[in-house]
Amino acid sequence: MPKSLSPAIKRKPVFKISRKVFSYPYMLVLMLFVIVPTAMLLINAFIYDGEASGENFLLFFQNTVYTDILANSLLVGLLSTIICLVIGYPVAYLLSKFKHGQMLMMIFAIPMWINFLIKTRSLASIFEWLGMDLGAVSVIIGMVYIFLPMMIMPIHTTISNIDKSYVEAARDLGADGITVLFKVILPLSVPGIISGITMVFIPTISSFAITTYLGGGEVELFGDVIYNAYNHDLYGVGSVMSLFMLVFVLVASFAANRFGGENEKGGSLL
Amino acid sequence: MKTITEQKKIIELKNISKFYDGKPVVKNISFFIRQGEFVTFLGPSGCGKTTTLRMIAGFETPTEGQVLMDGVDITAIPPHRRSVNTVFQRYALFPHLTVFNNIAFGLKLQRIPTGQMKKDFRGREYEVMRKLTKAEIAEKVHNALKMVDLEGYDQRNVGSLSGGQMQRVAIARALVNEPKVLLLDEPLGALDLKMRKDMQIELMNMHKKLGITFIYVTHDQEEALTMSDSIIVMRDGEIQQIANPQKIYDEPANAFVADFIGESNIFSGSMPEDLRVRILGKSFECVDKGFKKNEPVDVILRPEDITLVPTDSDKAMLVGNIQTSVFKGDHFQTTVIVKDDEDYDNEVLVHHTNPCDVEKPIGLHISPDAFHIMHKARIINEIETEMWDEGIVEICGGKFECNSSLPSGTKVKVKIDFDDVEVMDNEEDGEIGGTVVNSIYKGNYYQCIIRTDTYYDFFVDTDDDWLKGDRVGINLPKDKIIIEEIKGEETDA
Repeated sequence: MPKSLSPAIKRKPVFKISRKVFSYPYMLVLMLFVIVPTAMLLINAFIYDGEASGENFLLFFQNTVYTDILANSLLVGLLSTIICLVIGYPVAYLLSKFKHGQMLMMIFAIPMWINFLIKTRSLASIFEWLGMDLGAVSVIIGMVYIFLPMMIMPIHTTISNIDKSYVEAARDLGADGITVLFKVILPLSVPGIISGITMVFIPTISSFAITTYLGGGEVELFGDVIYNAYNHDLYGVGSVMSLFMLVFVLVASFAANRFGGENEKGGSLL
Repeated sequence: MKTITEQKKIIELKNISKFYDGKPVVKNISFFIRQGEFVTFLGPSGCGKTTTLRMIAGFETPTEGQVLMDGVDITAIPPHRRSVNTVFQRYALFPHLTVFNNIAFGLKLQRIPTGQMKKDFRGREYEVMRKLTKAEIAEKVHNALKMVDLEGYDQRNVGSLSGGQMQRVAIARALVNEPKVLLLDEPLGALDLKMRKDMQIELMNMHKKLGITFIYVTHDQEEALTMSDSIIVMRDGEIQQIANPQKIYDEPANAFVADFIGESNIFSGSMPEDLRVRILGKSFECVDKGFKKNEPVDVILRPEDITLVPTDSDKAMLVGNIQTSVFKGDHFQTTVIVKDDEDYDNEVLVHHTNPCDVEKPIGLHISPDAFHIMHKARIINEIETEMWDEGIVEICGGKFECNSSLPSGTKVKVKIDFDDVEVMDNEEDGEIGGTVVNSIYKGNYYQCIIRTDTYYDFFVDTDDDWLKGDRVGINLPKDKIIIEEIKGEETDA
């Protein structure tokens, strides 16, 4: 506050449009759709049969179905993420090497704008047409198909931002193309890889529609059980599972920020 | 020990040109560098010196011409297979590696011959190569660190080093590979003055000790004069002069070199006869001959070659008025105004050691060997073009009125004097636009070179100093355009 303005003269403005005002709509949305539901989750998790108790947690840990599905989800998520990384990294690398890489990148990014339910249904039709049995394999293919752009984008950004002089310095010191890739580009693109992994792994373990359409009733992931629990009015267990999900997301994001380096431009999740 | 002039050529460039998107950056240059030499490419920014260096390193492929190393054509060989190493302008140290691993980067990739011969399955003999052992690498890295005075820094993170330290690591990283040629791309540009001076001396010592050929790029003329065995002065993608520092300074090849290297007075003059030069309306004795009678020339006088004498002294060859005198630490820099025969004021810059009184008349003495006389690059602007219409000629994409009734399409030669070209501050005010590429002060006027968008260079004499790189407009007054028909060729007339 400037010193010349004495509190006596200062009048209270009725309503002033300051920069703060513009954040109100967002605050409202945040309140309604993030904070309130999270609070409800917390409350529901500790209510069993109309009473406050830890029964829901016991139920979750004692029922091996739930813990097995959690393990399954982690496995599917891990596999999908690894496959996305193996396919996505070379693509991102090649895209950043081309002069018109930005244009090609668009081609990879466009499918992201199509609703993922439509993409999933279409993929199911393709599998049907191919006569493929739906199951774990088709679920993983679906996951990779849906989430691959999420892996490519941050890696591509990181690689594109690597100073060309590092590559030149390595070439100058006797490194051929492959050596440059493994000794310079790869280590310097770690922040992009981490944020790619975060952006694929977390959505895959929590997704549910993909298994519904591509799992053929054989695969159930954590997202599906949460969905089913709520459908069957099992709010208590559903909330506990949702909380676990939330903890995973937080841990993963924290890890990504931690290992991704503070100063990098990879674009992380949080 | 052999002297440098007896050494073999280690690097040779033959008719090298480089174009970026059709724009020439390096124009047909040829030169060679002898083994063990310290050579500097010197020139203002954008003169093509870094591009030339990058072609030697292998990062750029010449559009035309050949790069030879030890007499072998290496034009098509990629950088990782050339035995040259580079110290980059901004160091380019790998941020994910420690100082040790940065320096060891090249060593870990090296394969050295074991002297053992083996036969492959087809019976051809080949020499077994091996990697360097961990101990060998560690020893070499530590020797390199010792050489650049950074012992004990091996496990440090690159990000924690100061600019000067990073510079030393970059030098160690390049030299540890024992290249035949070390390329240095303005390596000291980011350091402060004191550090730069220290590093200059250190680099010179390293060069002497190691005997490796150094190729150094800089725009700092003092740095070039201090460090080099020989200097290649470049401008606009062309070589202006190749010589040792002393010769570059004492006998600059043209007005550009003289202006770029050190302080100098540059005057337009003429040579009435051998051993006589005429400037500032007076005729002087000089040591140059072989010019055409009355040939217009550029005359260069270094400020320290002019002596101040009393006006009534026998030695006073010119008399002028002292305008300013500034103490520069080890000398005074004095501006003397001398009137020529047309009563124009000319500035003459003099360096001397004794103080003098401002606004007093003073005599100037110049010994005959102080005049450096050079052919003029051009005495008139000359363009070959076509008539657009009767009374209108097309020049560099613009249409100019002229006093000629030659019909449209006639091939003509257009001439216009340097001082008849009009330069406009606003590009829109001129019939054609251009970029100022050079401006040299010549006693009482500036000679600028303005490059049009069709790459024609107009030489212009003006009273104003135009900033290099500025866009300006050009007008050519109708009465000053001289048109000559080109005969003997096919014309529509």
